[in-house]
Amino acid sequence: MSVPHALLALLSEGPKYGLQLREEFEARTGEVWPLNVGQVYTTLQRLERNGLVESEGAADEGPQKMFVITAAGDEELGAWLRTPPDLASPPRDELVIKVLVAMRLPGIDMPAVLQVHRTYLVQLMQQWTRIKEDAAEDDLALLLAVDAELFRLDSVVRWLDSADSRIRRNPVAAAAKAASPAPLPRLRRTVGGRR
Amino acid sequence: MTALELREVSKVYGDGAAEVHALRGVSLTVEPGALVAIMGPSGSGKSTMLTIAGSLEDASSGEVLVGGQALSSMSRNERARLRRRSIGFVFQNFNLLPGLTAAENVSLPLELDGLAARTARKAGLRALEELGLADRAARFPDELSGGERQRVAIARAVVGERRLLLADEPSGALDSVNAEAVMRLVRTACRGEVAGVVVTHDAQLASWADRVVFLRDGRMADQTPPLPGPESLLAPGRAQ
Repeated sequence: MSVPHALLALLSEGPKYGLQLREEFEARTGEVWPLNVGQVYTTLQRLERNGLVESEGAADEGPQKMFVITAAGDEELGAWLRTPPDLASPPRDELVIKVLVAMRLPGIDMPAVLQVHRTYLVQLMQQWTRIKEDAAEDDLALLLAVDAELFRLDSVVRWLDSADSRIRRNPVAAAAKAASPAPLPRLRRTVGGRR
Repeated sequence: MTALELREVSKVYGDGAAEVHALRGVSLTVEPGALVAIMGPSGSGKSTMLTIAGSLEDASSGEVLVGGQALSSMSRNERARLRRRSIGFVFQNFNLLPGLTAAENVSLPLELDGLAARTARKAGLRALEELGLADRAARFPDELSGGERQRVAIARAVVGERRLLLADEPSGALDSVNAEAVMRLVRTACRGEVAGVVVTHDAQLASWADRVVFLRDGRMADQTPPLPGPESLLAPGRAQ
């Protein structure tokens, strides 16, 4: 989550106070990502230093200080909205690493290992779904933020299901790997040719 | 009294070399008002579990109780009556009768059960109304959208005095927003005396349930513990 750009987006609607920015940020993101006041002011200072926002009022006014987006800030915001986030290089996913390590250890009950993680993920999904169930129908920010989390967790469950089924279809390869441990694969390749 | 109870239920298809163990000693208790989801890969036994729970087929061993009554102690006719009166089924492909209107599809099980046509029709319209389909009552299935058809199927499953709602992949091929709408309806239907069991391979749909049971090779591999409050997910100080 890019806090600087989220603040720029809020300021593009008109001048705002620091505290107001925090409240609006949380409301717009369905209160899924909390933000502390200190973080808001440090970010605003950095934005001001870079000429993306300007403040109105004396420096010692603290919470009474009003912030305004500059033309450069507007331009930066527009560019950010259109720039896809960097999804090209695979993240160092702890669960993937755990499963790859488990597969190479002898005597590990792989389905049981996968099931522990699956149960935990579905349990998290149940909790998010409860939040969705209680959300007002017009609270789009909350619904979208919760959906994003549910889709993310769901993709991990699907990966576990597919890992389960691959290992089951190829028990010989899984056992052979366990007998002669090979180094973990290096995911050096990137997609999209970004780096 | 439990809405549904499976005690050490096993199911074997075929014999000798062709023997397939679809279920191996599965036990499950579903309380009234609860919604339980059954997840598992293809061939894990989840659909078999549902058809046995709904008395559409018999267990090879073990006992099934619906509303506290053991299916094994009931005659064929008694079981047919139980299916008509107490159990509602929702299938992936809706299974609506094409020659009947939405209202007729919904009131059919009540009429089959001997209720006067007028009374049955009234109950059917009420069920359609509750699912927001009052203005679709006179339409035929092929005049309805996929989402509407599935809502009619749910209305048919909950009409009258049903106590147990059994659904096999109830959102079928619907898109994610329509699938969610179906699960919201199933969730709403499962309260008070009504309990539900939903079979699905989709974790997002399963997460509408109070409890998710995982099947693997005909055995229960695991299940989710009782849910903590949603506040546990929100940052400290947020859940006031």
